[in-house]
Amino acid sequence: MLGTMFEDRRGEKRLFRGRAILLAVLVVLSLALIAARLFQLQVVRHEHFTTLSDDNRIKIQPMPPTRGLIYDRNGVLLADNVPSYALTIEPEKVEDIDATIAELSELVPISELDLERFERLLPQRRRFEGVPIRLDLNQAERARFAVQGHRFPGVEIAAELSRYYPEGAYTSHLVGYVGRINEQELEQIDRSDYAGSNHIGKVGVEKYHEQWLHGHVGYQQAVVNARGRVLEQREQKTPVPGRDLHLFLDMDLQRDAAAALGDRRGAVVAIDPETGGVLAMVSSPRYDPNPFVGGIGYKAYAELRDDIDRPLYDRAVRGQYPPGSTVKPFIALAGLATGVTTASQGKYCGGYFQLPGHSHRYRCWRRGGHGSLAMEDAIVQSCDVYFYRLAHDMGIDRLDDLLAEFNFGRPTGVDIAGELGGLLPSPEWKQRVRNRPWFPGETLIVGIGQGAFLATPLQLAAATAAIANGGMFIQPRIVSATRASLGAPLEPTQAQRRPIPDQDPAHWQTIIDAMTNVVEGRRGTAGRIRTNAYRIAGKTGTSQVFTVGQNETYNEAEVAERMRDHALFVGFAPIEEPRIAVAVIVENGGHGGATAAPIARAVMDSWLLDQRVQAPSDADDGNSP
Amino acid sequence: MSKQTHVDIEAGHDSLDRGWLNRLHIDLPLLLLLLLLSAFGLLMLYSATGQSAGQVERQAIRLGLALVLMIGIAQLSPAVLRQWSVPLYLIGLALLAAVLLFGDQSKGAQRWLDLGFLRFQPSEVLKLALPMMLAWYLSLRTLPPRLLDIVVVGLLIGLPVFLIFKQPDLGTALLVGSAGVATLFLSGLRWRLILSLVVLAGVAAPLLWSLMHDYQRQRVLTFLDPGSDPLGAGYHIIQSQIAIGSGGIHGKGWLQGTQSQLEFLPERSTDFIFAVIGEELGLSGIIVLMLLYLAVILRGLSIAAQAQDAYSRLLAGSITMVFFVYLFVNMGMVTGVLPVVGVPLPLISYGGTSLVTLMFGFGILMSVQTRRKLLQAE
Repeated sequence: MLGTMFEDRRGEKRLFRGRAILLAVLVVLSLALIAARLFQLQVVRHEHFTTLSDDNRIKIQPMPPTRGLIYDRNGVLLADNVPSYALTIEPEKVEDIDATIAELSELVPISELDLERFERLLPQRRRFEGVPIRLDLNQAERARFAVQGHRFPGVEIAAELSRYYPEGAYTSHLVGYVGRINEQELEQIDRSDYAGSNHIGKVGVEKYHEQWLHGHVGYQQAVVNARGRVLEQREQKTPVPGRDLHLFLDMDLQRDAAAALGDRRGAVVAIDPETGGVLAMVSSPRYDPNPFVGGIGYKAYAELRDDIDRPLYDRAVRGQYPPGSTVKPFIALAGLATGVTTASQGKYCGGYFQLPGHSHRYRCWRRGGHGSLAMEDAIVQSCDVYFYRLAHDMGIDRLDDLLAEFNFGRPTGVDIAGELGGLLPSPEWKQRVRNRPWFPGETLIVGIGQGAFLATPLQLAAATAAIANGGMFIQPRIVSATRASLGAPLEPTQAQRRPIPDQDPAHWQTIIDAMTNVVEGRRGTAGRIRTNAYRIAGKTGTSQVFTVGQNETYNEAEVAERMRDHALFVGFAPIEEPRIAVAVIVENGGHGGATAAPIARAVMDSWLLDQRVQAPSDADDGNSP
Repeated sequence: MSKQTHVDIEAGHDSLDRGWLNRLHIDLPLLLLLLLLSAFGLLMLYSATGQSAGQVERQAIRLGLALVLMIGIAQLSPAVLRQWSVPLYLIGLALLAAVLLFGDQSKGAQRWLDLGFLRFQPSEVLKLALPMMLAWYLSLRTLPPRLLDIVVVGLLIGLPVFLIFKQPDLGTALLVGSAGVATLFLSGLRWRLILSLVVLAGVAAPLLWSLMHDYQRQRVLTFLDPGSDPLGAGYHIIQSQIAIGSGGIHGKGWLQGTQSQLEFLPERSTDFIFAVIGEELGLSGIIVLMLLYLAVILRGLSIAAQAQDAYSRLLAGSITMVFFVYLFVNMGMVTGVLPVVGVPLPLISYGGTSLVTLMFGFGILMSVQTRRKLLQAE
């Protein structure tokens, strides 16, 4: 018994030792497995993990450039950058956005408008970009969030420079505004250059000169910890700020033009005939561009969009109107340039004109007719029959050729986004668009600026400037000079000049004399704006409104009002050495001489005599037709 | 007592080299290794806590107390421990049951028992109580164990493992279970039985899966494909692999690890401290650490192999294996070869619970080692 037990115990011990050795081998093998794994991680894939580790801690932070400022010709600030603080939510870092917003609203007031903007911006944003839930935090709100902010991971106060337009509605169409970058725009821009930018020019100069104004993004490398806190700044590339823009615009003149136009629908464009610089450009009614910067609410936007007076619509460069009689000086010049007629050659007006072999009567505005008229009188009295005859004699092709030299029928190329080019009707155009042949009668209608013929107020002003300076078409410009930064030299923009291919001074003088008599002459249609201070040359126009548009729901009085003719006036002054060329259109304003010409006079007074115009509310009387 | 009459020649020879250390029942090689590891651990902890002297100091105090505990335990003879085996096991089971009934909820799991003056995890007790119980039971049988013994041992293992698993604490269940399996293996289980147990485990795995909590399954799934959830459950694994991998052969230098110092590495001072070592000391530093650990394990197995009775042998062997499983599960988890289960790196991770258990175990090893010549003297 003892013996077997002894044997058994010895056997047990031997057995145990065997097993212990086996376990030791197992241990060594297991540790070798771990070591092999470590070899794989630390030697074979070392480079890979080094990269990942650097990616973790080194963040490339874009530094957005400061947007260039916009000044008028006297240094009045039109577009400024002001510091603003927004509360932003980065959805990637927030588990329950709704709950977070609910909790945030106990700290800072969050309105329906804020929520709506947030919902709208959410799908448009880029990845890992904060979406603003509240804009323009005041100091108290910032302080409250600073204390409680740790409770809201993924919610941050973003300090940025926000665009502000000190002149508000006065520059709404011209300067335009910036807004948050949307998906469509994201497709078109150089994304890396906009890495830190939230805003982009949407309208007007802000959009057209986006490249100048935006500047170029900078970068800085920073070492961050797991919570994203910057621990150490590494190398950096400073951003290149956007260029400051100096405009030809004169803010006093702009305000006066707006005041002169009052609350009527229409546009005023004033151009310096020597430079092509736009001195004033007003489209009425106007709107305040500032709410668009942060993101205007849907309701507020819908109100602007659906307003029957269409305040968002820039009539100065997008409004296309039949130029009516304002086109007659250009037709007359075409007659002289082509040699079809001379200044003294008389044409008979019996109240109407008939094409040979046709019975249709093309009527003059004066039923009884003007009798026999030379060119100057035809312009002064705006005789339609004279211009029917002239147009008929020239033919549409020659007529169009010269009108095109004055840049009718295509955009002037002014540096404002969204400019339209009007329409200069031609047989090719009609065949292409309407698939119909050209009728000789249509040539006559072009001759008095009606029919399909359309021009923008800017086109009319630019063409008038070409008469004022004696035959040089200068592409209108908004920006006169740019500057890399404060203190850097101003770099002027270059005018594009194109001489009208008729440089006979006598021809130009004939037209200018005729236009002078429109204002100065006994029978002139704009005699009421005559002044002793300086002499004005001009031409009135009245153009028919053909369609009412989608205005079915408006009451009769209003429809009747909107059926009235548009009133136009183009002119320049002083005639000896023109310093300003003006085009005015008042929608449904009635007769050009009565409604549009006084507005042009007010603008000229402002510019030439430094005479301020009364505030719009006071100017309301006296504009009844 | 009759089985203790056997005289071990080698042990007798050994005893000549030992003086006062032996009287204090301290095994010098093991003590030196543990001190080395502890010092290494404190050094790394200083880096892993973001250079918090306060935390290092607290951990140093814990280590000191745990070493005192170890030496205290070493004073108890294996015979006394043997007498404690059954009561300790039963108490442990009762406490586990109590945890399930009255335990404190923490992070969705009931692991803690609050005794008013002391909060502790009864599952820790089982890490030692189970090997003791098994060693006690198997030492009464003739070895290798017969089928009936295996069934009894299976129950002795299965009961606490199941209770711990229900808490749920996958990591500890794994540790306790493998301690039991190791004891069984050391007892000389026959190979064909081992083979059939492996087959049985293969069959039981799907069953285990069905018993798992969702978050445990998620961990296993995430382990299989960490990229599937890079910011959630996979974040730990990915960040720890980045830390280790970017350390390379020589490491980024002590206190220089970007992953750990900039807190990209989660739980850097506790369960994932191994990744800090990998990042800052590189493969070379880790190999040194692994050699230290290996030395501890080999010393433990050698103590077990030299022990004079079956109880001491089995207990010493399985305690050593508990230590190894700790190590392996933690390293495997941090390097991404095993799923994430909350097991600390022994003697290095910040915290006191596992330290107490481990030092208790090393105390037993020392007791076993230093009692051999006393037996010889009898």
